[in-house]
Amino acid sequence: MEKPVTGSKKVFMTGNESVAWAALAAEADVMFGYPITPQNEIMHYWARLGPKYGRKFLQTEDEISAGFTVCGAVIAGKKAFTATSGPGNTLMQEPFSMAEGMKLPTVTVIQQRGGPSSGTVIYSQQEVTLTTYGGNGEGHRLVYSTASNQELYDYTIKAFNVAWKYKFPTFVLGDGYQAKMREPLEIYDPAERGIELIEPTPLVGVPGQIGVDREPQHLCNIYSLEEELYEAVMHLQSEYDRISPEIVEYEISFVEDADILVVSHGVVSRSVDDAVEALRAQGIKVGSFRPITLRPFPTQALLDVLGSGVKKMLLVESSYGQLFRLVRQEIYGETVPIETLFKPGVGIIDTDIIEMIANMI
Amino acid sequence: MVQPVMPKTWYRPTKPHKFCPGCGHPLILKALGEAADELGIQNQLIYGCDIGCSLLSWDFFAMDSTQTHHGRTTPVMVGMKRARPELICVGYMGDGGGYSIGSQHLVNSAIRNEKITLILANNTNYAMTGGQLAPTTLPGQKTETTPLGRDPESTGYPVMGPEMISAITGAGAYVARGTVSKYRQLKGFIKRALQNQMEGNGFSFVEALSTCPTNWGTNAKQTWNWLEDNMQAYFPTGELKSPFRKED
Repeated sequence: MEKPVTGSKKVFMTGNESVAWAALAAEADVMFGYPITPQNEIMHYWARLGPKYGRKFLQTEDEISAGFTVCGAVIAGKKAFTATSGPGNTLMQEPFSMAEGMKLPTVTVIQQRGGPSSGTVIYSQQEVTLTTYGGNGEGHRLVYSTASNQELYDYTIKAFNVAWKYKFPTFVLGDGYQAKMREPLEIYDPAERGIELIEPTPLVGVPGQIGVDREPQHLCNIYSLEEELYEAVMHLQSEYDRISPEIVEYEISFVEDADILVVSHGVVSRSVDDAVEALRAQGIKVGSFRPITLRPFPTQALLDVLGSGVKKMLLVESSYGQLFRLVRQEIYGETVPIETLFKPGVGIIDTDIIEMIANMI
Repeated sequence: MVQPVMPKTWYRPTKPHKFCPGCGHPLILKALGEAADELGIQNQLIYGCDIGCSLLSWDFFAMDSTQTHHGRTTPVMVGMKRARPELICVGYMGDGGGYSIGSQHLVNSAIRNEKITLILANNTNYAMTGGQLAPTTLPGQKTETTPLGRDPESTGYPVMGPEMISAITGAGAYVARGTVSKYRQLKGFIKRALQNQMEGNGFSFVEALSTCPTNWGTNAKQTWNWLEDNMQAYFPTGELKSPFRKED
């Protein structure tokens, strides 16, 4: 069958559209989804494009079902994904928790909307805590926070590979701005960029005759004894700790001589880049640190930057401290003063940051 | 001493099983095991169990199996079947998992005529959690959360599951209600519910009336009487819909 994306081509499309193309390019087999703004067009494009390339789609009865059907398809050995936002993300914490407990390589794209409750359908960065540490577990998840439609394309492909390589539920954390905004980007066949796609493997319905060639597969997520659960969770933790150094990603700019370090993630980091550039032109020593993986967090990289003479930090986010709490727990013991610019559910532009920094110096 | 013959698809290392004495689950699972034996589908059948007493069957069969969450076995099996239609996906759940917390999944997968087989044990209570009111609790029946007996004025009437599923499924669906007191009939229903999926006809659903002496607080005789006199009088057994039978 013809590849959905051959070579590499420049396009002008929304983030939702780029996610659908990326999932096709990553050879995703099936999407399960439920309508919620602002992620709907991922389903719309997938539902139109998928069947042309032998891919499947089901609109489920709710997000709980979308999450669990993804789990079922993954257990059966297919690359399955879903996309959601806000209250849908809340409902999906139950299936994500099963994916954590059973080490299922599910892929989910979250396009954050305003909260709490139905909030707004527009934009926020308020699903950081939920996406990184939601569910009744220890946050054994891989979460990429993207900043552009190009990154939505790149990291959606990467999410499938990382999920199936390391077998942890994997998330691409976008937002309503990236979802709905049109931007120029390049879509490409991963093979052209030397990206080898990881083949999925089934957990049930595996080859061989039961009782002759193999034992039956018995997958479980509930334990009779405290010690059994402890062992299972500690195994997850040690696996997570082992692979984390291979997974962490971050972006830094102008940090070498920075007095003030601005920490932000996702689309807000683009405003930070603009602000840093403008302030540097005025001779103000400002730098930027942007975690790309929120789980696992690039802790050592941030500590290294802070250790190189940073005098103050500024935490900027479109939520009331969700990134701040994540950073603070990771750099516990550091004494660099932290100022904050929190605008829950509201966009942040360069002048907001420039104004804030003017008050800090 | 001659031991009773176990189905080939029962997993011997996990026997004796973990269900209470007098529980109906093992009979339903025996019927499923024998039906799978007769159809020769040990390597194709994927068994998914809900949370509740049904979870005790997670390693019951010599067939690939997975646990899910309370009420979520249906969507897991739907996802599995959609992903790999060659597998024979069977979900097993209690009345709470199917008719209460998972009712939206049951109803919608039935409406979509998903090509899966669901078997639901109806023992008129939430057994694993200690005997609370279930959607199937009979009027006047005492449970931990209806200590004075179920009052339909306050908590409604027992859900008639197969009747509901029968009404909302399209052509090709198989719907039946059996009881552990009529074992051969129950096994026939379960076998046809598997065959129906194998033939790709449509949604297949069997409710099995089952016993729970532990939470009913009954002895052997009282248990059987409660099943045959009270439950079977309220919940009629038989096939409600079958592509194997000519409609008259």
